[in-house]
Amino acid sequence: MLDFFQMILSGIAVGSSYALMALAMVIIYKTSEVVNFAQGEMALASSYFTFMLLTSYGFSFIAAFISAYLFALLLGAVLEFAILRRAKEPNLLGLIIITIGMEFMLLGFVSWKFGADQQIFPFPISPYDSISIGGAFFSMLELISLVIAIFIMVLLFFFFRYSKLGMAMKATQQNPVAARIMGIRTKRIMMLTWGISSMVGCTAGLLISPMLMEPFMMWDSMLKGFSSAVLGGMTSLPGAVAGAYILGIIENLFGGYVSIEFKSVVAFAIIVLILCVKPSGLFARHYVKKL
Amino acid sequence: MDMKREYFEDVRIFTSGAVLFWFVVLIIGLVAIPRVLPNYYVYMANYMAINVIVAIGLNLLVGFTGQISLGHAGFFAIGAYGTVVLMSLAGFPFLLALAVAALIAAIFGFLIGFPALRLEGPYLTIATLGFGLTITLVIGKIELFGGRNGLHTPPLTVFGWHLESDKDFYYLLIPITVLLAWFARNLIRTKVGRAFVAIRDADVAAETMGVNLAYYKTLSFAVSAFYTGVAGGLYAFVLRFIEPELFSLVMSITFLAYIVVGGLGSIMGSITGACLISWLDLQLRNILSIPYLGEWLKSLSQNYFSITGVSNIQYIVLGLIIILIMIFEPLGLYGIWIRTKKYWMTWPF
Repeated sequence: MLDFFQMILSGIAVGSSYALMALAMVIIYKTSEVVNFAQGEMALASSYFTFMLLTSYGFSFIAAFISAYLFALLLGAVLEFAILRRAKEPNLLGLIIITIGMEFMLLGFVSWKFGADQQIFPFPISPYDSISIGGAFFSMLELISLVIAIFIMVLLFFFFRYSKLGMAMKATQQNPVAARIMGIRTKRIMMLTWGISSMVGCTAGLLISPMLMEPFMMWDSMLKGFSSAVLGGMTSLPGAVAGAYILGIIENLFGGYVSIEFKSVVAFAIIVLILCVKPSGLFARHYVKKL
Repeated sequence: MDMKREYFEDVRIFTSGAVLFWFVVLIIGLVAIPRVLPNYYVYMANYMAINVIVAIGLNLLVGFTGQISLGHAGFFAIGAYGTVVLMSLAGFPFLLALAVAALIAAIFGFLIGFPALRLEGPYLTIATLGFGLTITLVIGKIELFGGRNGLHTPPLTVFGWHLESDKDFYYLLIPITVLLAWFARNLIRTKVGRAFVAIRDADVAAETMGVNLAYYKTLSFAVSAFYTGVAGGLYAFVLRFIEPELFSLVMSITFLAYIVVGGLGSIMGSITGACLISWLDLQLRNILSIPYLGEWLKSLSQNYFSITGVSNIQYIVLGLIIILIMIFEPLGLYGIWIRTKKYWMTWPF
């Protein structure tokens, strides 16, 4: 029983980072129908930027984090402005390929600059501190990740529901032409969407880097985040979060009871099975395309 | 310029005498390569030929049928491991093992085709991606397949002919490549090929016109997987050693890069794209030894970047090429060729 409780807790902990990546991908997919494979590497670049500020330039922790978010915002906006917007008559495959190209470039730059070795990210909380909840262990870092993830989710909820910019984003997503007629600068909204998504991804990156800091660190989270987003239906923010926690918990239960070795692939098997039954994910309505 | 007056002109394999001429030149050139060029270039040609096979297979699926796959490294792995294991454990002769392994890959492709009937866009991407990752992991866990340590390939004999050097292998590989390219070129001119293209352009319309979606989509996956499986089996003998880490997601993405750079929906494009990217891949591995550029990069790395990570420049170059091609010429190298041809056909005007 205790084992079970522990597995659920670990599942929730790992689910938080998936949830942040999933949210970041869903925000972009909702507004522009781009599956952003570069999401992980955008977060990677922001994390390494923070790492550089902390270790080489002696920034204080708060200052480094604020700069990291600014950097993430700028990076997302610049990528959208300089690359995505320039694509001629893009189709879905073309856009996926472009984001894969961006992913490769960012990955190349980061690993050229910092080398492929593992680095140690000077985070104020050690990943080894832990607290015990009813006999099950929960590391401090995981707890903080969970709190921050929930905070970001609530923030996003209020942002999309009440802020002017959030509503403009929703309008752009629902009907870009009508939104433009109503005076929304849809291109600028698109750019900001990328910026905000990049910031959400950056949060995930900063929470992962104390545990593991190397150029490929975001791949697993990005793929799992993408899977969660697909599981939740790709267009629904609560769906993405729910998908992420479901994935995290199932993964850990499978790892605990069946086989730890196949833990990381069981997610994909489950997703394929679920998609066969519900082709548009769990929480999105399935639209049948008409001619 | 390319005006077609009747059906048989449209489906001819050589559209003009010039095409036939260049084809003959190409074949003669291919035969001559090992006789005139040093061994390293033969190895390079082998590497390219294998990627050409993959690119053609993937283009049949992505470029002609319009289905996305990020899991082709999985089929490649099935082909490679299938061939080696069938030869060393079951004692199959090489060509039979290759064919059986490719058929196994095709069966897996057929199975992956089933979810594809209901999924599209990002949903299909994640399904194929999951397949690719799962295959690599499962192979890495099977002791019979060498697990994480990988496998060495057995000695290669075809009909009593011992293939030892890269040159020998070249003469086995090139006919297979040409044959498969020829088959693909023929396939797209038949009913099947037209059904693929119809599914890509509008699957609902294709279905109402009587194209059996279930049959042709799974067939497309199976054919594509067969090509990739053949390429995988041959790849094992170029490297002479295979391990699960080879068949990563990066490999699947590189496969996609071949056809995107070459041109989606064109056999010629697949060939040029695969040759260009694999050539770049091999060149960029030792980028520091390129004259002038290497020196400059070395000092740049020492001053601003790290010297240990300099090999990662290949990611930057590959990413940059992909992005530039997609932005400026979505039809790839083939599109550039078509545009140039059209420009010079009517040149003074």
